[in-house]
Amino acid sequence: MGIVNKFRHMFSTVPALGWLLGMLTAVLIEYFWGYDYISYHLGLPKIPVLFGALVVLKQPLMIPAVVAYDLIVYVIPVLVVARLTTPLTNPGAALLEKLPLWLSALLHLIFLYAVLHLWAGINDYRVLVVKLTLISIILTVSINVINGYQGEFSCSHPGFMALGAYVSSILTLVLFTNDKIFGTALMPPYLAPYLFPLVLVAGGAAAAIGSLAVAIPSFRTRGDYLAIISLAFMFIVKSAVENLNIIGGARGMGGQPDLASLPVIFVWTMLCIWIIHNFVTSIMGKALNTVRDDEAAAESMTIKTRKTKMTAFMFGAFWAGIAGGLFAHVLTYINPDMFSINRLAEILAMVYFGGLNSIVGSIVGAVTINVLGEALRPLELFKWIIIPLILIFVMIFRPYGLISFTEINTQKLLEAKNKSQQGVSP
Amino acid sequence: MTPLLSVTNMTHYFGGLRAVHNYNLTIEPRQIFGLIGPNGAGKTTIFNLITGVYTPSEGEILLENKPIKGLETNEIAAMGLGRTFQNLALWRHMNVVDHIRMAHYSQLNYGLFGAFFNTRACRDQENRVMENTCRLMELFDITQYTDHLVTNLPYGAQRRVEMARAIATRPKILFLDEPTAGMTPDELVKMIQIIRQVHRDFNVAIFLIEHRMKFVMELCERIQTLVFGEVIAEGPPDEIQNNPQVIEAYLGKEDMT
Repeated sequence: MGIVNKFRHMFSTVPALGWLLGMLTAVLIEYFWGYDYISYHLGLPKIPVLFGALVVLKQPLMIPAVVAYDLIVYVIPVLVVARLTTPLTNPGAALLEKLPLWLSALLHLIFLYAVLHLWAGINDYRVLVVKLTLISIILTVSINVINGYQGEFSCSHPGFMALGAYVSSILTLVLFTNDKIFGTALMPPYLAPYLFPLVLVAGGAAAAIGSLAVAIPSFRTRGDYLAIISLAFMFIVKSAVENLNIIGGARGMGGQPDLASLPVIFVWTMLCIWIIHNFVTSIMGKALNTVRDDEAAAESMTIKTRKTKMTAFMFGAFWAGIAGGLFAHVLTYINPDMFSINRLAEILAMVYFGGLNSIVGSIVGAVTINVLGEALRPLELFKWIIIPLILIFVMIFRPYGLISFTEINTQKLLEAKNKSQQGVSP
Repeated sequence: MTPLLSVTNMTHYFGGLRAVHNYNLTIEPRQIFGLIGPNGAGKTTIFNLITGVYTPSEGEILLENKPIKGLETNEIAAMGLGRTFQNLALWRHMNVVDHIRMAHYSQLNYGLFGAFFNTRACRDQENRVMENTCRLMELFDITQYTDHLVTNLPYGAQRRVEMARAIATRPKILFLDEPTAGMTPDELVKMIQIIRQVHRDFNVAIFLIEHRMKFVMELCERIQTLVFGEVIAEGPPDEIQNNPQVIEAYLGKEDMT
């Protein structure tokens, strides 16, 4: 533990800006020398896509080369640059602190996006992984509103997602493409990127309206019974779609225009996190917690519990619908099987792994499970043994998930770290 | 002067069981009113009937001359009826400051949109709530626990949190269900002080259920005794104390003499 603490102490003076700068350096190193120089001399066939996980699992002999690559390209540059630039980044962070908080946060986010864009841009597969991970973040944060903050056990998230995906797909197919079923485009296709947000919101709204089918029973029942109702809702949506031939039935529905580019998804994800964060830290949003912990007391404290439950479901479902819409336009093909029990297991794993009642936890959970899922892909079936095992261990040691009951404190996250040198903050 | 709360001929059945029969109650503004009776007499049921947890089978309930029978509990609470619970009903995953903040729910009007986008109206109102919350926490001597989870607080402090939370809803009448249950003698003295203070500072009437006779006799201006869902005696403390029927209900018949 001594080494860990020493290590933590050494880096406790690095502000968020410093870490971003470190990551930028790492990505630039990979961008300019990764393929031609570093991976060539280490004997790797190409750049390790996901930190080399795929290569390691397929060709164990490559392990030393991959580890060396990760150290040279990622670990060492990030740590060294982050630590060495503190004399520069701390005054920089202090300067940003003088700006309004939202502007400072926006600048950090733009920086983060630039790093992410560069890193993903090196390889098409990375772009897809990043896109799906961001969509998973929306899904996880939004199911946390229902399962974490409001404390129900809702299993209908894939159903909400399907509603969003299908409604927004139908809209883009009808409006912007010449489709076999839906006829010629009603609007010129160049308008599509501008109207895409409206299409997504329509999908979200459809999901929110659909969620009433679960929200209204939740007035009278909760726990196991509501879980069954919500599970039934998911299967109803799935079989309804399977039996509607006009939208492709079980064969699925393809040909959506490729509107969900990385920046679009990134902006929606950040918007989702921002709005849900605002909501759950306000009194209106904390009302969800009171309903979870003691409904009778909440009623007696003037809290409108029915309205609160309905809000939680509709709000969570809305974002699931948005995520579904983005998902459909990333893959440009959807079928009802994508929104079934497997997806549910994945979403629940992400939210319970990451931590209930916490947006940070949800982000961590979504990223971990997603990246792990991709990285362990060569193991095929064993992937579904390893991920649940990890989940079991998390549940044993942290019953509410990895990072539960913690909220983002933007100010603390972005502040300059040089003034608080006396102790390592927990 | 119109009474603050008046209940006339309230009767309630649980299936075939008559829990409350022909119950009448009149509480004047700023009055401290006690309800005593043996276990199972229906005291908490009366609380639940008036606060809207159950809807009475028959009868009329008026709060400041407005009928409240059949309204939802949160509507009745927002009209000025605060309460505490017999077995503490705190939100176990929330900290003390959030408890008291939440009780201001009905005093906000920024709407969901305001909450989503953290608008100026939302921030202003939340700041006002926070100021009031700090004042209440100081008054109830729970400032040192601000960020603690309620479950980690000593019992007396939990009671005080519950009381502060009830006061934060700006009640005109406060229902206290056994406020001293399970308290040590020290905490009991503190509780009497707090109830007196609340009564003085917040201009509320108080309706309380209590088993400790000393406590009831010391605080209440008027007392009702309930046995098997029916009121057997009502009057000022000294009258109740000497009423043979009350003595019988509490101590049994005096066979020995």
